[in-house]
Amino acid sequence: MIPVEFDYAAPATVQEAVALLAEHGDDAKVLAGGQSLLPVLRMRLNAPGVVVDISGIEELKGITDEGDAIRIGAGATYQDVLDSPLVSEHLRLLHQAVSEVADPQIRHRGTLCGALAHADPAGDVGAPVLALDGRMVIRGTAGERTVGAEEFFVDIFETAIGDGELLTAVVIPKHTGWGSHYAKFVRVSHQWAIVGVAAAVRAEGGTIAEAKVGLTNMGSRPLRAAAVEQALAGQPATEEALGAICARVGEGTDPPSDLNGQADYRRHVAGVLARRAVLAAAGG
Amino acid sequence: MTVTEEPTAAVREVGKDRRRKEDQRLITGRTRWTDNMQLTGMLHLAMVRSPYAHARITNVDMSAAQQAPGVISVLCGRDLKDHQGELPCAWPITDDQKCMAHPAVAVDRVAFAGEVVAVVAARTAAQARDAAELVDVDYEELPAVVDLKKAAADEVLAHPELGTNVSATWVFDSAEAGSGGDVEDSIRDAEVLIEREYRQQRLIPSFMEPRSTVVDPTGEQFVMWTSTQVPHILRLMLALTLGVPESKVRVIAPDVGGGFGGKLQVTPEEIITFLMARQTGKPCKWTETRSESLLSAHHGRDQWQKLTLAARRDGTVTGLKVELLADMGAYLGLVTPGVPILGAFMFNSIYKFESYRFECRNIFTNKTWTDAYRGAGRPEATFAIERLMDELAAELGRDPLELREQNWIRHDEFPFSTVAGMEYDSGNYEAATERAKELFGYDELRAEQARRRESGDRVQLGLGISTFTEMCGLAPSRVLGALSYGAGGWEHASVRMLPSGKVEVITGSSAHGQGHETAWSQIVADQLGVPFDDVEVLHGDTQISPRGLDTYGSRSLVVGGQAVVMAAKKVIEKAKPLAAHVLEANVDDLEFSDGRFTVRGAGADQEGLGLAGLALRVFAAHDLPDGMEPSLDADATFDPVNFSFPHGTHLCAMEVDTETGETTMRSYVCVDDIGNVVNPLIVDGQVHGGLVQGIAQALWEEAVYDDQGTLVSGSFVDYTLPTSADTISFVTDRTVSPATSNDLGAKGVGEAGCIASTPAVVNAIVDAVRPMGVQDITMPCTPERVWRAIHGGGRGGATEESAMPHFEEDAPNQDNPGTEGGQL
Amino acid sequence: MTRISVRVDGVTYSDEVEPRTLLVHYLRESLGKTGTVVGCDTSNCGACTVHLDGRSVKSCNVLAVQADGHEVTTIEGLADGETLTPLQEAFRDCHALQCGYCTPGMIMQATDLLRENPSPDEAYVRQHMEGNLCRCTGYHNIVKAVLQAAGATATGGEQA
Repeated sequence: MIPVEFDYAAPATVQEAVALLAEHGDDAKVLAGGQSLLPVLRMRLNAPGVVVDISGIEELKGITDEGDAIRIGAGATYQDVLDSPLVSEHLRLLHQAVSEVADPQIRHRGTLCGALAHADPAGDVGAPVLALDGRMVIRGTAGERTVGAEEFFVDIFETAIGDGELLTAVVIPKHTGWGSHYAKFVRVSHQWAIVGVAAAVRAEGGTIAEAKVGLTNMGSRPLRAAAVEQALAGQPATEEALGAICARVGEGTDPPSDLNGQADYRRHVAGVLARRAVLAAAGG
Repeated sequence: MTVTEEPTAAVREVGKDRRRKEDQRLITGRTRWTDNMQLTGMLHLAMVRSPYAHARITNVDMSAAQQAPGVISVLCGRDLKDHQGELPCAWPITDDQKCMAHPAVAVDRVAFAGEVVAVVAARTAAQARDAAELVDVDYEELPAVVDLKKAAADEVLAHPELGTNVSATWVFDSAEAGSGGDVEDSIRDAEVLIEREYRQQRLIPSFMEPRSTVVDPTGEQFVMWTSTQVPHILRLMLALTLGVPESKVRVIAPDVGGGFGGKLQVTPEEIITFLMARQTGKPCKWTETRSESLLSAHHGRDQWQKLTLAARRDGTVTGLKVELLADMGAYLGLVTPGVPILGAFMFNSIYKFESYRFECRNIFTNKTWTDAYRGAGRPEATFAIERLMDELAAELGRDPLELREQNWIRHDEFPFSTVAGMEYDSGNYEAATERAKELFGYDELRAEQARRRESGDRVQLGLGISTFTEMCGLAPSRVLGALSYGAGGWEHASVRMLPSGKVEVITGSSAHGQGHETAWSQIVADQLGVPFDDVEVLHGDTQISPRGLDTYGSRSLVVGGQAVVMAAKKVIEKAKPLAAHVLEANVDDLEFSDGRFTVRGAGADQEGLGLAGLALRVFAAHDLPDGMEPSLDADATFDPVNFSFPHGTHLCAMEVDTETGETTMRSYVCVDDIGNVVNPLIVDGQVHGGLVQGIAQALWEEAVYDDQGTLVSGSFVDYTLPTSADTISFVTDRTVSPATSNDLGAKGVGEAGCIASTPAVVNAIVDAVRPMGVQDITMPCTPERVWRAIHGGGRGGATEESAMPHFEEDAPNQDNPGTEGGQL
Repeated sequence: MTRISVRVDGVTYSDEVEPRTLLVHYLRESLGKTGTVVGCDTSNCGACTVHLDGRSVKSCNVLAVQADGHEVTTIEGLADGETLTPLQEAFRDCHALQCGYCTPGMIMQATDLLRENPSPDEAYVRQHMEGNLCRCTGYHNIVKAVLQAAGATATGGEQA
């Protein structure tokens, strides 16, 4: 299908982009890789008056080392993330989750920040960014602000990015040496996650010193399983020790019920995946 | 003039794994899909479709659309009602079948969500789509009936004026037909009764090329390019529907991107494009989006099967009773009513049952209409009997393969008249099964299964069996007539000898991926002794190929290929008098082999006469025998006397993660007997593709509607086709029992994989978790359903109401399928 | 309308396009590159796959204006005259196509795959072709063809 008509602007700088967004307000849509936006436009589920293409903005490109964190610019594609030695070394969990996003063609074009801004709770990147304590860098005409992932994800397709603002980068603390695993549950491989569990573990000997667990599609936004994380600390990395703790990962969540699974089934699967992901992350 | 060098003693082409002629174009992007067509001044159409499953149309306001940029015409049902006729149904299965008139554009009522209510023609496709959104239709919603069982109860009517949702009831009873006993006697006397109810979910054919139609009204004939399997049938039906002389209509099926039965139709959109082209006088094109395709192109399957299998304790099956509900959807398409009937003769499959009864009720609902989808009736039948045989084996504590062998027709019993009245000409179930077991490692896998069960492995292993046969090669015209089908089942071919020695073969078959150009060339090369590359196969254009009944029902090779053989033989017969004339020999003394006429007894070193040389002599016509017409070309029409009955043994190993319900295919082996093979490469390809479509029914695909009659799985996001990452490589092999119904000895293969694989997969999954109390899992066997079945949810829940496992409270062998499971 | 300049299969084209024009529609309708086809509207099927600056992308999911100043290769630009690429040859040799509708996308994606990983195993091929749907072949021979082009063979089942 063909989108509704719109105007197209391709600013060369973030300043120009932000000015355009401020001018057009919610009539404008940001296009980076377009892999989420274009399907929406083609199905005519959204009809912006202006599409602001930020893919030509040089300052948004690149993945850089900021000392204790890695900065991934809004221009970086999934493939850039996968190809980055910095991500491989310091953000293994993110690397694993990104490799599960859609398919190679989509990964060549789509951007990490675009997916974060799109905020589809079934998307694969929200949970790991949340689990790894990522911070979003948002620019508006009034300047730049940084928002933690917990506050960033508001609801389904809704984030802390305001009208006239642009997500310019995500900054994620290094988790060098942490074990990690992203467990994605699908019926066919090109599907969105029915459930996903992102786990990062800092293990000492055979014991879990620290664990971070994010959940995909278990609610209207990516979730952090804080209670489970606390319970995991100090536990031996064995199936027996982790099973009962991880089985509770779905408690208090409100996952959807749809063709791919009812909510109770999703909670059950989340528990199983959490155990498997944490064990794998802990090297068990 | 160049004359190709005549061939010397050739190796036979038939049986060779020739690489396809078709592929050079397709792998370089040099293609002719209908949507590629661009004609000067061409207009683009966009359809306005009903969002409601059942509603009265109270007003259609087209004024805004008419004013939109680029718009040339907007039409609704009101404008077309006197011109559009009714879409045809060619298969009235009973004399009293109830049929609802099906206009291409709804006039005052819509009966399913997706029905066309108006059409826009504009200068660009984008403008047409923009304007279509401006058409303002007022609806008054009517009660819709969506669920098949509820529809059968006649409480809400899909078409109130029919007074019922039952379109027809069709019965075959072996006692009445004289082909067997009375099934009620078998049931009364049964030592074991297996009673089950199975759901054949609704599927969508999902050919990769979305449908597209172009109509050019600017010449003497209306020319329609369209992505169809049936250009010949379509041409006739356009003429009959629209009152246009058939001679004024030319239909072309250019490159067609798959069909699987889904393009065996006369569609509303083809009629609409024709009418719009006629109204505007300009070439018009309609190309659907994928969502539009999933919504409005016909669907397949959608049945409830109530089954009663009667047997003795020793495992001998004595009778089978089948009671079907078949969902027609809102309208009867070209062969909709006949689809379940194609299964009627196959529930007994490869077995020797004493009695058999089949009763099918065809039911209307307010959903997209159903029609042929790969296998059409036969996958449903095969699924039912192969699931039941496993259930009987479980009930009796027998090995399911051994139980099957006890009941199947032995190879020395062919030809065999079945309880359903079919005459099976050839087969060898023992040979295929033996080979399959060997390739599969059946005994080793059974041992592994036992180990996993014993150790309580989280991942259990199941082995699934499907020993299937099917009837295909549609079809003997007399049989079709007896089944009240509106046409015959013959096929036509012509062989044209060009002066240069090249050969044109015209076939009424209409390939859309099957590789006819290659296979027909192999056949003709052998028949005429000409090089493979000298044969050009022409098809899919009613002006080039005026007679034909097209491609479906695994019929092309066994009917169309045989017509080609016959036409080639006629060419040789026609050439004989000329050869005798030139060689100064008696016609009766001539021999023809490897493309050359020789004189019997004239020695091995004689040069003889090649067909190519004779073709040039005929072209010149300077010196022909008295009375000979200057043409070697020949036509032939073949009407088979019987169906062909391919069979095979399919074995599938599935791993089931009992913790999540996730299933993984471990291995799949199939040994098919499709008679003689023209091209093994093409045959394997057909089998692979069929397997995955059948496996997809077992595991992934379902067209789901909500209570309002909205298609929920309306895009490829939700209608989950498998990818390469979800499937495995298969092991295929063949045994050969040549068919006796055609000179090639071939049986059909297009549908075999799809018919056989579904029960193999489900049997494997059920086998894996049967110790946990599971007897059935509703298709598609999603992880959630498998998990729920294991943990006490019966068959894993359904998109529809769960079925009752038993029909009568006091029936013997009552056991409660699945609901007591739960141990891990 | 927006003016764009795109190099497609070695030829530079300069055109005015509506911003809403999808790259695939521009290729097919303006440039006559009808070898690239549309199979869905949700970017699931991959039939429209082309290379944009050397990497595979779904051309239904890219605006024509986004291709401005970039280089596109379609299925029509792969072969060198009559000389097919090893992958095209393998597709024919392995009977990796039937109706051929998904084939351009399959070949374009597989070309990218082999450039990324010249020695893939079957699992890698299956995973990295997941963005391309085929309804005819059951993928068996497609996977086989990609492996054959890479000089490897399928590890799973085979014609016995």
